[in-house]
Amino acid sequence: MKKFFALVLAAVLCLFACSALAADLKIGVILVGDETEGYTLSHMNGIKQAAADLNLSDSQIVWKYKIPEDQTCYDAALDCIGQGCNLIISNSYGHQTYMVLAAEEYPDVTFVSMTGDFAALTGLDNFKNAFTKVYEARYVSGVVAGMKIAELLESGELSPEKQPNSFDAEGNVKVGYVGAFDYAEVVSGYTAFFLGIRSIVPNVAMEVNYTNSWFDIDKEAAAAEALIAKGCVIIGPHADSTGAPAATQKLLDAGNLCYSVGYNIDMIPTAPTAALTSPTNVWSVFYKELFSAVQNGESVPTDWAKGYEADAVKITELSASCAAGTAEKVAEVVAAIKDGSLKVFDTATFTVDGAAVTTAPCDMSFMDWSTMTAIYEGETVDAIVDGAFAESEFRSAPYFSLRIDGITEIK
Amino acid sequence: MAQGNKHEPLLRIVKRGESPFRLKLLVRIAAVLLALIADALFIYFVTGLDPLAVYTTMFQGTFSTPMRFSWAMRDLASLLLIGIALAPAFKMRFWNIGAEGQVLMGALATAAVMVYYGGKVPNAVLYAAMLVAAVFAGALWGFVPGWFKARLGTNETLFTLMMNYVAIQLVACCVNIWRGQASGLGKLNMRSKAGWFPQLFGQRYNINLIIVVLLVVLMYCYLRYSKQGYEIAVVGESENTARYAGINVGKVIIRTMILSGALCGLTGFLIVGGRDQTISTTTAGGNGFTAIIVAWLAKFNTFYMALISFLLIFLEKGAGEIASAYNLNDFASDIIAGIILFFILGSEFFINYKPIFHLGKHGTITKEAA
Repeated sequence: MKKFFALVLAAVLCLFACSALAADLKIGVILVGDETEGYTLSHMNGIKQAAADLNLSDSQIVWKYKIPEDQTCYDAALDCIGQGCNLIISNSYGHQTYMVLAAEEYPDVTFVSMTGDFAALTGLDNFKNAFTKVYEARYVSGVVAGMKIAELLESGELSPEKQPNSFDAEGNVKVGYVGAFDYAEVVSGYTAFFLGIRSIVPNVAMEVNYTNSWFDIDKEAAAAEALIAKGCVIIGPHADSTGAPAATQKLLDAGNLCYSVGYNIDMIPTAPTAALTSPTNVWSVFYKELFSAVQNGESVPTDWAKGYEADAVKITELSASCAAGTAEKVAEVVAAIKDGSLKVFDTATFTVDGAAVTTAPCDMSFMDWSTMTAIYEGETVDAIVDGAFAESEFRSAPYFSLRIDGITEIK
Repeated sequence: MAQGNKHEPLLRIVKRGESPFRLKLLVRIAAVLLALIADALFIYFVTGLDPLAVYTTMFQGTFSTPMRFSWAMRDLASLLLIGIALAPAFKMRFWNIGAEGQVLMGALATAAVMVYYGGKVPNAVLYAAMLVAAVFAGALWGFVPGWFKARLGTNETLFTLMMNYVAIQLVACCVNIWRGQASGLGKLNMRSKAGWFPQLFGQRYNINLIIVVLLVVLMYCYLRYSKQGYEIAVVGESENTARYAGINVGKVIIRTMILSGALCGLTGFLIVGGRDQTISTTTAGGNGFTAIIVAWLAKFNTFYMALISFLLIFLEKGAGEIASAYNLNDFASDIIAGIILFFILGSEFFINYKPIFHLGKHGTITKEAA
């Protein structure tokens, strides 16, 4: 009987403690944009979803919109702390240098700099980075695109006779990619996309056009148009606007043979017949883990990176333009990624300068380029592990550094 | 005034002489009250919120925590310092629209010294070099339009405005070089913290504040009691009078613009070293233009300028807090702050001018709007 009472007492105490903790969690959210911008919107939705799943009230979240990557970010973080926040999240890469200053001064508050890349190097217990393995979803979207190319080749709609412009000198089908910047994140993305296509259609070659901006509808549209004019039949974008899918739709309607893979959001409303699918992040998966960990006083990983294994990434609904059998193929590939039998950057599937890759040294240091010194010195790791490039394993932010054969960057 | 004159218009505007202090105070209080009423209507009918709660929130933007107050003081320091820098130029009726660029040049010079000499020379030398470089760069950006105006009679409004764009492009170019392979510049000397102002009396922005307080007094005395200040006033009233009195107008213009630019450069130094520790094209943040309002409204009295700067900062912080607290679109909160500013600016009109209404044929009813 005594034991029973003790148990009940313990349970009641635990309940009290838990509810007290639940009331204690207060989250400050620092956003680079607001709901009018796709990237920030997807974070907002993820946070709201996670908060709803955990029964957090509106008063437990302080929102800071349109915070640029400057001192304003530091002020916003401190202001959130002043309002009682014990967890601060920022969603843009450049916020991290300001978040870390606040993290140094407030060791009791947890700071998460989404997409940031040096948390592990700072040695701070309360400063974290997180990113999804979105390259897995890009690979899958590449498979969708590959299925479409295969269908076009089989039906004869795409043949060297009919579309001579769409084949290069070696007979490879031309594919295009609109990239934002020449960054590891983008390189990792387009390489995964390309390998996805090539897993279905072996003879493809890809050109990457950079816009040097994360969000520029006109530049992205112009880059897509230039690629289609060169004969590319698939356009994959890594930039945040709807520019490239919209341009692809326009040219498809004008009689060109071209289809589009989007990013972040479903592009079917933008490009009803040209869009195939879009790889996206499911941010709520991370936010839910984060909120419940902080709520329960558990530790938060310094570098959080999950993909299909936790359903933290996905591709949006397949459009009617997708080839027959695409859904089945996607399910098969996703299952293979989940059980680990398929590695996106398997070194057996690509070469660099004609040779197989056996080593890929990646310097993890965070540099101050104005003085050419390391702000946080990191190790140089060999990213080739068990016959594949281990992306997002050594830290959450991408560090893919290879330029594989079959892809040409236009700078 | 011919009372009952057939041709008398319905409304006339008459310039007042020097208004008594009580009238000024009364008009301003009335303006604030009217603004609060107009704002309450907007808040209640457009946003559907409780006006009193919104006003409380607005107040909290500056006063709820010591930290927020310290930020308000920090931002006030930047705005007020530019206002002080502009005062001599505008008092001379030299339309210096180029404060934004002069501040940026000071900031750029500071940043360049931090990047290239940070950690390589002792800190005291580094601070001195940053200061000298900033003041020189700002002075240069003031000297050029001043010289052209004095020697060639160019239009200073256009000239100083254009110099802003040159400065912005120079900053953009340097930022692009310094950021290297990163997407943004981040803080300068992040690791060594070389060139970052130390805390003084436990407050991060005290150095900036102390310098501004000193300059409020110095500039007040310079404009009011010094011979050069008098020359500026005379040139501003009438260049011909100045010439007749034996003042070298060109010299006064160039000297004053060097002073104005140098003080803007100093502001750039304080912003980069003491506040941001980085530089971007928005380092001056539009304060170069807002400060013109500050200088004019205060009629170049630096103490009034401090009050007006405070009001502007208070409104800005309040608007930001309203937007954040009520999840309002920031345009709505800017309207709330804007209405208050509009009424306060409007009250200046009634302090300087007297509207006279003429009603009916038989007799005139004059009415002073207070």
